[in-house]
Amino acid sequence: MRTAATSKTWNRRDFLKALAAGGGVLIATCTDSNGAVFTGRDKLDPASWVLHDFLWLAPSGLVTILAHRSEMGTGIRTALPMVVADEMEADWEQVAIKQAIGDSRYGDQNTDGSNSIRGNFERMRRLGAAARDVLERAAAAVWEVEASSCKANSHQVVHAESGRSLDFGKLVEVAMELKPKGKNAIKKRLKDRKDWRYIGIGVGGYDMDAIVDGSAIFGGDIRLPNMLFASIERSPVLGGEIAKYDKDAALAVPGVEQVIELPCVTEEPYLFQALGGIAVLARDNWSAMQGRAALNPSWKTGAVNASYDSPSYNQAMMDSVRKPGTKTMGRGDIKAGLDNAAQRIDAEYTIPLLAHACMETPTATARVTEAGCEVWSPTQNPQAVQDTVAQTLGLSKKAVTAHVTLLGGGFGRKSKPDYTAEAALLARETGRPVQVLWTRADDLQHDYYHAVSAQRMEAGLDEQGMPVAWLQRAAYPSIGSTFSPGSVGPAGFELGMGFHNMPVAAAAMRTETGLAKSHVRIGWLRSVANIQHAFAVSSFADEIAAAGKSDPYQAWTKMLIGKKTSGPSKHIQRLLNVSEAAANAGEWGRKLPRGRGLGFAAHHSFDAYIAVVVEVEISKSGQLRVPRVDIAADVGTVVHPDRVHAQMEGSVNFGLSQALFGELTAAKGVIEQTNFDGFRLLRFHEAPPQINVHLTDSDGTPTGVGEPGVPPIAPALCNAIYAAIGKRVRDLPVDRHDLSWT
Amino acid sequence: MDPQTPLLWVLRDNLQLTGTRYGCGKGLCGSCTVHMDGVPVRACQLPLSATEGRGITTIEGLSEHGDHPLQNAWREHQVPQCGFCQAGQVMSAAALLEQNPKPTDKDIDAAMSGNICRCGTYQRIRAAIHTAAAADKGEDKEGQR
Repeated sequence: MRTAATSKTWNRRDFLKALAAGGGVLIATCTDSNGAVFTGRDKLDPASWVLHDFLWLAPSGLVTILAHRSEMGTGIRTALPMVVADEMEADWEQVAIKQAIGDSRYGDQNTDGSNSIRGNFERMRRLGAAARDVLERAAAAVWEVEASSCKANSHQVVHAESGRSLDFGKLVEVAMELKPKGKNAIKKRLKDRKDWRYIGIGVGGYDMDAIVDGSAIFGGDIRLPNMLFASIERSPVLGGEIAKYDKDAALAVPGVEQVIELPCVTEEPYLFQALGGIAVLARDNWSAMQGRAALNPSWKTGAVNASYDSPSYNQAMMDSVRKPGTKTMGRGDIKAGLDNAAQRIDAEYTIPLLAHACMETPTATARVTEAGCEVWSPTQNPQAVQDTVAQTLGLSKKAVTAHVTLLGGGFGRKSKPDYTAEAALLARETGRPVQVLWTRADDLQHDYYHAVSAQRMEAGLDEQGMPVAWLQRAAYPSIGSTFSPGSVGPAGFELGMGFHNMPVAAAAMRTETGLAKSHVRIGWLRSVANIQHAFAVSSFADEIAAAGKSDPYQAWTKMLIGKKTSGPSKHIQRLLNVSEAAANAGEWGRKLPRGRGLGFAAHHSFDAYIAVVVEVEISKSGQLRVPRVDIAADVGTVVHPDRVHAQMEGSVNFGLSQALFGELTAAKGVIEQTNFDGFRLLRFHEAPPQINVHLTDSDGTPTGVGEPGVPPIAPALCNAIYAAIGKRVRDLPVDRHDLSWT
Repeated sequence: MDPQTPLLWVLRDNLQLTGTRYGCGKGLCGSCTVHMDGVPVRACQLPLSATEGRGITTIEGLSEHGDHPLQNAWREHQVPQCGFCQAGQVMSAAALLEQNPKPTDKDIDAAMSGNICRCGTYQRIRAAIHTAAAADKGEDKEGQR
C-alpha cells in the first residue's frame, strides 16, 4: 500500500478502520460500540447492583470492576479499575477485578498503541463518579435529605449534618431503583484532583500475589477436560504449501493422537489468518513436539519469498534511499538549501528485522460446541479474536466467546490473533478442546516482524552549524503489507511516527520514501516506526552537532527552536523541558575519560515527551557497559506513578536490547535465528545497574506510557559510544561492531 | 511415560504445576527454573529419569503461604511486569540466597544472568534480592537460622 503524504498522525486503529472501510478487508475495527449496556439488578447475581455492565456492588460491600483491557505487564488491569475506585470513593481493599471477555459493548479493547489510559482515563473516571452519584442519591432517599448533603467517603455515604453513615453494601437495593446520570451531568460531578486518593499515588499490582507464588494463569496454563496439545509445523518460507510429510512416523510417537493438515495461506494479504501447516496433536506438549519432529516435511514455496536473503535485500533497500524517492512532505527549497550551505553532511542508518520475543510464546486454547467457539488466549485484542475466529470457522461474531488470560508479554505481537485461529480450527477438526503452543523457533521464525529499515539523511548547515536544509529518506516494508497486497514501502501512518513530524526546525525540508516489498509478515512492535525514525533523527542531530563542533544537547535545543522569534510552541517547549530535565539529571557535560561517554536523545511519540542521557563505558578491547541511564518523561497527568516508572525502566532495557543485540536475518526466505542464542536479548548482567526515571509534573491529559520510552534509547546509546571513543555506529545492532580503541 | 520427557512437561502437563514456565526449551531463558536438591536447574533440559530419588522444588513449593523473603521482597519492590519469567527469577534467586545469604552485585549478576526478562525488570530484581538478603540477616540476629 502506498499512501499519499499526510500530516495527520495516524494510529493503528485509524489504519485498520480505513483498511476495513476502503479495502473491503474484514478485520478487527474495534469501533466504540453503542451496544446496549445494562444497569440495575444483575441478572446472574440478583442480589447485586450492576452499573453499565461494568461495575457491580454486592450487599457485602464488594465492588467488582471490569478490566476491559489486557494485562501484558503495563499494570493496566490494575490502573483503570483503580481510577474507577477513586472516583467512586471505593476502598481498594474491597475491590475485585474481573477480566472482560471480548465484547464490543465494552468499547475498544485493543490494548495497543499505548492507548489504554489515553482512551479510557476520563471514561473510567465518569464510571466511578456515576456510581458515587447514584449511591449518594440512594442514601439521600433512605434518609429523606437533599442528595447534595450526602457525601461518599471511603466505601460509605456520610450525612455530616446528622452524623449518619451507610456502608455502600447497604445501598444496593435502593441503588437499583435509581437511574444513573448521563455523560454531561456526570462530568460536573468528577472529583477535584486534590481529592484523588489513588490516582497519582497508585496501588499494588492486582496480580502480584499470583505472580510471585506461581498461580497466575497465562495462556498455556488453561487446562480443559479431554484437551489435546498441539504443535504445528508451518512453511519455513511465507506462503509455502505442504509438499509431503511422514504422517505415520508422527503417529508412531507415543502420546500422539492425531495429525491434521491445516490449509496454508499462500497469498498476501496474510492478515490475522492462521498460516496453516501440519498439526500434531497429543496428550501432552512433549509428545506433540516429538511427533512433530518426526514429520520430516517438505514444502512447495513461491519463488518471490524464497528469494529473500537479508544481505541482498538490505543492499537493495539502501540503494533505493540513495536516489530520489517518492516525496511525502516538504517545505522550502531543499536543493538550494543543500547546495548553498556552508557545510554539508550526510549519513545512512539501518536497523535489522526484529522480533517481539515475548517470554510467553503465542499460545491459545479453543473448544468448539454446537453453540459456537470458546477460546482462551493471551491476547491484546479479544474483539479481533472474535472476528478472526468467526471468519475462520464461518461463525457469527456473537458465537465466539473470547476469554483473556494474563499475557506473558505482548509488545504488539498478541494483538494479532493468528494463533487463536489455529486452536479454533483444530478444536473443530478434532471435536475436542485443543491448546496450541508455539515453540520459541516458531515464534522467531513466524512473527509479524518489526520491519528492517534503511534511511539516508542529508543536511546543509549554516555558519553556526545549524541545519538550514534537511533531507531524509526512508525505506522499509510496511505494516500495510500484512493487510493489503501490493505494498512497496512506508505508509503514511508509519511516517507519522517521528518522520514527518520530527521536530527539527530547518527552513528547507524534504522527506521521501524508497522501495521495500515485504517477504515476511510485518507488524507493529513496541513503539513501531518510531524505532527507526528516532534512531536516524537523533543520531543525525548528534552528527550535526559534531560537524558544527558544538555540544550535542545544546545544539539539539537550538535545532528545535530554529530561527523563531516568537519562542517555541507548547509542543516544542515540552520536548525542551524533558531534554533539560534529562540533561540535568544525567549530569550532562561532566568530564569523563576516554572510553566513557554520555549520549543524548529525545523523542515525542504516543503524545509523550521523553529524553534520555545514556552513559557508556568501553574497555580498550571493545567491551561495552552501560553503567547508568537517566530518562526524563512528560506523560501528562501521571495516573499510576510506580507503573510509569516501571514502563520507563522496561523501555530502557527493551531499547538497549534492541540496539545492542537485536537482529534477525533471512536466507532463502527462512529466518535463520531459532532461539535466544541466535536472537540475543539483554541479560541481567548487561542491564544498566542504574536507571533513574524523572517524571516532570504535569496536569495535562495523560499520554501513552508503554511505548514512548523505547525510541530514544538506541540513538542515545550510539551517541554515547561516539562521545566515548569517536566511532559512529549507524548500523544496528551495536554488537556487530568492533569498539576496541587505543 | 517416556523417561526422556523433560521435567518441565511432566510438571506442567501431568502434575498441573503450571507455575514453572516454557520460554525456550533449550535452557537459554531460565523461565523453567526449579530446584533439584536445592540446586537451580532448567526443567526443560532435565529428563525425568535424572530426577529419580531427587528432591524437586517448584515455585508452588518454595513457601507454604507465598511468603518466602524473596516473594515478600518481590511484592515490596513491585518487581513483576508481565510476570511470566518471574517464577524462574525467584527460584534462581532463592537458590542463590540459600548458598550465599549476603550476595554482592557481582554474585547476583552471576546467579541471575541465565534468566531473561523481556519486560526489563532486572534493576528491581537486584533491589529485591538485596532486600530479601537483608531480611534474612535480620532473622540471623534472632537466632532463627
